[in-house]
Amino acid sequence: MFDVNKIRKDFPILSKTINGKPLIYFDNGATTQKPKAVIDSIVRFYSEQNANIHRGVHTLSREATILFEEARKTTAQFINASEEEIVFTAGTTDGINIVANGLNLPAGSEIIITEMEHHSNILPWQLWCERNNGKLKVLPINDDGTLQINKLEQLISPSTKIISVAYVSNTLGVINAVDEIIKVAKFNNIPVLIDGAQAVPHMKVDVKDLGADFFVFSGHKMYAPTGVGVLWMDKKWLPKLQLSKAGGGTIKTVSFERTEYAEGTLRFEPGTPNIEAVIGLAAAIKYVNTIGIENISKHEHTLLKYATEKLNEMPEVEIYANHLDKAAVISFNVKGAHPFDVGTLLDKYGIAVRTGHHCTQPLMKHFNIPGTVRASFAMYNTLEEVNEFTEALQKSIKMLS
Amino acid sequence: MTIKEIENEIIEEFEIFGEDWEGKYEHLIDLGKSLPKIKEEYKTEDRLIKGCQSKVWMHTELKEGKIIYTADSDAIITKGMVALMIRVLSNQKAEDIVNAGLEFINKIGLKEHLSPTRANGLVSMIKQMKLDALALSKK
Repeated sequence: MFDVNKIRKDFPILSKTINGKPLIYFDNGATTQKPKAVIDSIVRFYSEQNANIHRGVHTLSREATILFEEARKTTAQFINASEEEIVFTAGTTDGINIVANGLNLPAGSEIIITEMEHHSNILPWQLWCERNNGKLKVLPINDDGTLQINKLEQLISPSTKIISVAYVSNTLGVINAVDEIIKVAKFNNIPVLIDGAQAVPHMKVDVKDLGADFFVFSGHKMYAPTGVGVLWMDKKWLPKLQLSKAGGGTIKTVSFERTEYAEGTLRFEPGTPNIEAVIGLAAAIKYVNTIGIENISKHEHTLLKYATEKLNEMPEVEIYANHLDKAAVISFNVKGAHPFDVGTLLDKYGIAVRTGHHCTQPLMKHFNIPGTVRASFAMYNTLEEVNEFTEALQKSIKMLS
Repeated sequence: MTIKEIENEIIEEFEIFGEDWEGKYEHLIDLGKSLPKIKEEYKTEDRLIKGCQSKVWMHTELKEGKIIYTADSDAIITKGMVALMIRVLSNQKAEDIVNAGLEFINKIGLKEHLSPTRANGLVSMIKQMKLDALALSKK
């Protein structure tokens, strides 16, 4: 049984007050709050288990290594991958950079992204293009925020070497038809990277079923600590992807003349990893599994539907991608008001939303707006909070008019 | 009036709201609405203050030894803050502007706008106003 009140008790921060009012946290798209299970896992690690991994023969190091590698297993199962395909990164951005720099594409290659991408899925490719005379091609969106997938074929040329797209738009919440994109890409023999940062917290992800080449996401957007992310890559890429970072722990033998690197994912994890965060990620996944990702999806969809209905009742509010075929994200503006004004007043009412361009300036350009107000929900948000939010929004609109 | 005197006047003006933040913000919004707008031709890229989530255009000129600011913003709360800053700093000597402590921002309960995470740029605004004053006074 999904019991939101019980879940809320697992998140210590939710009992906090902001400006004398109970915190209503609707900035989950930026980062989620952490359950006690995750916080405890970090405390336990440093109190009882701390040692460097993959190195020492001593007991602590062995135990820490086991924990770390168990986390890899837990993570793999979570997205239905094999653990040999899981690279721990610093986050989604790091994962995309590792792939962009590791593909070793020939100079002049073309890269396809979409108009709704987060800057993290634009800049690494743009940088590569600048340095290698490449070309960034952009799949446009419709005004309802969906991709113009029918235009994908036209963008593809013999020089197209990778397609990199978000599974779920961080700004709009729109769920992209990545299966269709992957199908077209496969037909044309082009690898695909899926930015799953905004997907994994909200819906069941099965990388085998998806059939992409790379899938990246962050821990902190799915109840885990910051500073850890996952790069999943299809096995065939493991020996092919070039290293963009090198260092300790990635090798078989090193001499000044020649170094033989380790096989598999370890060679992509140079230096001491963020052990505590990896262990925290496993704790977060286990917590999500106990609740059930399908239950979380269902609950969040209820919130999305209710909030969308309430906002649509307000004539001053304009929602971007105003439909329900989305993850639990609503981006909107109040007519005649700047998103900054709305966000500032909502904060005074104790409600945390995100305002601005959400690191998607090209998308803002499409809608010809400086930014939006974004409310993004998580498993611990409630219908009552949505009520509080819409009431506070009403008051804010009145103040601003 | 000196900068300090104007600051005190503003502090007094906000005192009547006490802990009522809604009153304070309504007042701030009213101040924003009353801000005389900058000339359209001054709304240029180079007059934009960097580091703001909302846009702020600031034009500075020197008149009879005093610095005159005019400004505008696309967000009304920011505009309210711009109005306050102009009221305090405009028509003052460059030297006094550069040395102004601007403690009134804390005292009227708008401290949160000085925090670096706010990205609303009050900090950038103050910095730009001081830099402009300094630059003009040395011309």
